[in-house]
Formats: sequence, C-alpha cells, structure tokens
Amino acid sequence: MAQDNPQRKVFAPWNDAAATPMIRIEGVTKRFGDFTAVDNVSLDIHKGEFFSLLGASGCGKTTLLRMLAGFETPTEGRIFIDGADVSLVPPYERPVNMMFQSYALFPHMSVEQNVGFGLRQDGLAKAVIKDKVAALLDLVQMSQFAGRKPHQLSGGQRQRVALARSLAKEPKVLLLDEPLGALDKKLREKTQLELVNIQDRVGITFVMVTHDQDEAMTMSSRIGIMNAGAITQVGTPVEIYEYPTSRYVADFIGAANMFDATVKTCADGRLVAACPELRHDLVVQHEGTLAAGSPVTIIVRPEKMVVQREKPADGMDWASGTIADIAYLGDVSTYHIRLASGHVVQVLQTNLRHTGEQKLTWEDEVFLVWHPANALALTR
Amino acid sequence: MSRVETGLKRWGRFLVGLPPYGWLVLFFLVPFLIVVKISLSETQVGIPPYLPLLTWTEEAGVQLRLNWANFAMLLSDGLYAFAYVNSLRLAAIATACCLALGYPMAYAIARAPLHLRNPLLMLVALPFWTSFLIRVYAWIGILKTEGLLNTLLLWLGVISEPLQILETDLAVLIGMTYSYLPFMVLPLYATLEKMDLSLLEAAADLGCRPLKAFLAVTLPLSMPGVLAGSLLVFVPAVGEFVIPDLLGGPDTLMIGKVLWAEFFDNRDWPVASAVAVAMLVVLVVPLMAFRHIQNRNEGG
Repeated sequence: MAQDNPQRKVFAPWNDAAATPMIRIEGVTKRFGDFTAVDNVSLDIHKGEFFSLLGASGCGKTTLLRMLAGFETPTEGRIFIDGADVSLVPPYERPVNMMFQSYALFPHMSVEQNVGFGLRQDGLAKAVIKDKVAALLDLVQMSQFAGRKPHQLSGGQRQRVALARSLAKEPKVLLLDEPLGALDKKLREKTQLELVNIQDRVGITFVMVTHDQDEAMTMSSRIGIMNAGAITQVGTPVEIYEYPTSRYVADFIGAANMFDATVKTCADGRLVAACPELRHDLVVQHEGTLAAGSPVTIIVRPEKMVVQREKPADGMDWASGTIADIAYLGDVSTYHIRLASGHVVQVLQTNLRHTGEQKLTWEDEVFLVWHPANALALTR
Repeated sequence: MSRVETGLKRWGRFLVGLPPYGWLVLFFLVPFLIVVKISLSETQVGIPPYLPLLTWTEEAGVQLRLNWANFAMLLSDGLYAFAYVNSLRLAAIATACCLALGYPMAYAIARAPLHLRNPLLMLVALPFWTSFLIRVYAWIGILKTEGLLNTLLLWLGVISEPLQILETDLAVLIGMTYSYLPFMVLPLYATLEKMDLSLLEAAADLGCRPLKAFLAVTLPLSMPGVLAGSLLVFVPAVGEFVIPDLLGGPDTLMIGKVLWAEFFDNRDWPVASAVAVAMLVVLVVPLMAFRHIQNRNEGG
C-alpha cells in the first residue's frame, strides 16, 4: 500500500510552522484611484511550490502577480521574497522573473539572444552565456531554432522560448501570467505536464496566474482562489475541490449541487438538516458543531451521486425528479434532473458498459442517491 | 477555383493597380523623362530655349544628337560640386537636429495618457495650417539683427552686440529644422506608439535598468520610424530652395538655389535640367542601395 511505503515523501512545506516562506505577502492592498484591485491579501508561498492564483477575470490575480514582479507597488502592506522586504524594490533588482502572457519576446532578437538577454544584463562572460543558453534551449527542446526570430516560430515554440528566457537567470521565484492561455487545447494539456516536469527539475518556486481551473488543478501544489481582490481559500487541489469553505469556491471549482437547509441536530459528526425544497431531512457527516436552526447549504458534487430508478435504502440521502436532459460525452454522461421544486440538479455517471443502449432516458422518474459522507455542509 | 474566376481576379488586381501606377507614370515618370531629354539638348535663344534631340534632314534622315556637355560642366565647374556637397551637409545636419528634437517629442506623445495624444499630435501638425512661406518669413523677424531673438538676448544681458544669424547657414538650419520637424515626429510617433510596452517590462524583469532598456529595446524597435522620418526630412531638405533663399546669405550655396538661378536667371534649361537629374541620381542611388541592403537583412 502506498501509505505504508517509507520512501513516500509528502511535499507540504505549508504545514511546517517553522519553515520560512519563499514569498510572504502581508496585508497587501492595491488601489487604482477608487478601484481596489487587491484587498488586504496575506499569503505565504513556500520554496519549491507550484502555486496557482485562480480566479475569474478582474479578480485581482494579475495585479497581485505584477506586485510580486515589481511592476506595481502595493498601496498598503509589504511583500517579502526569501526574507527580504521587496515592496519598493524595482523589478530589475528582484530575484524574480516573469513569463508574460503575451510572451513579450523581443522581436528584433533571435531565440538565442532572447534567452541570453537576462544573462547579458548580469555581465557574464560570453562563453558562459553561450553554454547556459544552449542548456536552456535543450531543456525546452528548442535547440534547433536558436537562430530564428520570434515571428518565425509557432505559438507553442514562442511559449517555450519565453519559458527558457524567464528561467535563464535562475530566479528564486518564477511568475507565470496565464502561460498557456495562447495555446490550443491539445497543446495546452501536453504543455501543462511538461511545465510541471521542468519545475520539478529546476526546483524553482512557481507562481502562476490562471483563470482555467483544470490547469490549476493539474499543475499546482496549492491553489489560491481569488474573488473581488481577496483570497477566498488557499489549499491543495484536493482540499479546494473536496472541502470548499464557501459557496463561491464550491461553485467556481467544478460543478456543485446546492440545497439550502436548516440544522435540526448536529452531534458526533452527524448533522441532520431539514431541507424544505426536498421536503425531507438530509444527513451530512460533519465535524464540529452547529446550533439547531442555523442555515446551511448542503453541497453534493455531480459525480458523487448515483441515478437509479429504485428508492434508495435507509441511511442514504436522496432526491427525486425527472430527467430533463442527458449530455452524452462518450466517457461520461451528465444527467440534468429536474426536481419537483424546479431546481435542476446535475449528476455525472461514468459509462461503464460498452453498449449503445441507454437504460435511462428523457422524462424518466428517477432517484438521485448519495452517501452522507459525500456531502458537505457550509454555514450560510 | 475555375479558370474564369482566376482570370477575373487577375483583371481585378490589374484594375486596382492601374490608378496608382498610371498616376506615377503620367505625373512622375513622363515629366522626369522630359527633364532628362532637355538635359541632353543644347541651348538656343528662342521658345523653347533648347534644340530638339531628334532632327530630320533630307540627306541624313533621322538624327539623334545627345549633348553631354551639360553634365560635363557639372563635373568640371567646382561650383556645382560644392553646391551638392553643401546641400547634402546642411540637409544631414538638419535631419540630425530634427531627430534630436523629434525623438523625445514623439516619445513623450506616444507615452502620454491616451486622451492627450490626439491633441498633442494636432499641435505638431498645426503649423501646416499656416502657409509655409509665411512661417519662413516669420523667422526673418525673429533672427534678423534687430529681431526678436537679438532683442531678447540683449535685454537679458547675455550678449552685448546683436548676433548675425540671418543670412548664415545657421539660419538655414534653424529654418529647415523648424519646417521639417513634423515629418520626423509623425512617423516616429507611429512606430513608438504601436510598440508593445510589455517588452519594456520584460527587459526590466530581466535586470535591465530603464536607460539600458531604452537602448536595447525601444531604440532598435523604433529604427523603422527613425529611417522613415529621416528620409522624409533629408530628401526634401537637399533640394530646398525657399528656406536658403529667404534665410540664407549670398554665401549659402544650395543646389536648389543653383537650379533656380540656372532656370530663371540664366534661362539655361538644359543645364538646369542636368542639375535636377544629377540631384536625383545623388539622392536616389544611395537610397536604393540602402533599401536593397535593408531588405536583404530582413530576409536573412
């Protein structure tokens, strides 16, 4: 069993209270005129992490990244990198490099000159620069394009050059602004894993801004969800998905079915709540206590439910309705089930059997069933 | 695509190309060939003041007589060579002055807040709304011995005697720099304005201080604008007549003035035409060579 393997090391420096973080953001606020782009954010990011700032556009994630790079200065608060206060340090003196969303490759320089640009600023010897550039181009598999100009490269190749250029100075932190945004879907999926592998090899702390949750989930050690300038939740992809701490996060990451309910009893890890919408009680496994009468939202992910015709056994939670829509995606099907209240619930079923025949179809009366351990209660 | 459609497409392309090429042939190439023809003919007293190239006589039939003496004179008389060199020199200095003044202006406008850019560009173009001649005349009022500039400097106590600026090469340079500055600013603005500012952020991010980032990124990327602006200033400045005539002195010898003198004072159309043809060669041949090199560099 994996858990018993003594070789298995868990990378979780954020759980170590004694560790000094690589990046410490302390109560940082950024205002542009009347507009507060970043609102009192505090965050620690540790050495070797692949940290993603995830949020809808305009949530302040890019502004926060630009403050790490030094292109913006915080209106309030301080930023430390490797223990040093860099809040007012200009970008050209920070031990940080950035990979730009547009790549920002210098159009008048060849691939080689672009990658070597930062090294030339440090005044390194020509031979040293040449070797380093060759090693970097090898790392991103662009050696044969060293002499090309950026306009002679494809989008994916430019992305690699931009990555090599930002890694050239071996920064303490690499900032990535939507690094895969300009690539098509197939190439993006391939590049996601490559980027993680490269991060693993160079051992540099990566901070990535993205609006693509799949990207954040696949690549990150931890994710910070941002909304309206503030960080709503920080956690590993599993924590964020399985234990969202707010309705916003639950809804933003993946799909979530939500039922409003009122607590009846809550004790011994078992919460019973009255759900007026379903006209029966729901049971949720819940640590901690909640007073009777407090309003809660019960959240169940679509893949944690089963659709069936039979009424479920006791001890399971359920709802009933009619199938309004079936989205067949090949590997899985999403059932949209309309409850008596009119609320449409999504259920995801894996298409396990090799058959053209569908057991369930439109307008069928069905039950949605889930185990109390697979639901989550959030206070409203 | 069918053959008919390809044919139509080719016709369409031809029709679109016809007006610009037709215009250039009719109003540039044909007049230029006429000038070349006159430059190879001999003077006569009469109308027109030159002899035809083609003559027809009973015994010899059609005869073509090319007179190269006009060009030989340009080479042998030092006056012409001096006028050419002086024109190129003054035009080059004026171009450099326009660049030195125009680059910071264009840069400031391109980096100004969006709502200020158009008003600022308007200010650059505003002088065009007044006649060119009037603006050059105005400089006489500023530069002459008892003019505005000298009065001001005397009043400030910077100088004790008025400076002789008018009727010198300096006045011509001031006039040319002033008149041609917008032609430098506008193309420079166009290249600087479309530059991706994230390139400067990338340079800063990679350890480049602002001044170095300007030299390593902004300046090379604005070279097309520098070249376009320099050509737009240099080429007309070489052949400039009005400014040296009004602001320059009798010693200010520029090829435009020589051309005028040959044409109107001496009524020597063939020599005047030869001067014009030679000026074109002096300007166009280096330009074409330059373009050729530039294209080859971009291709490789």
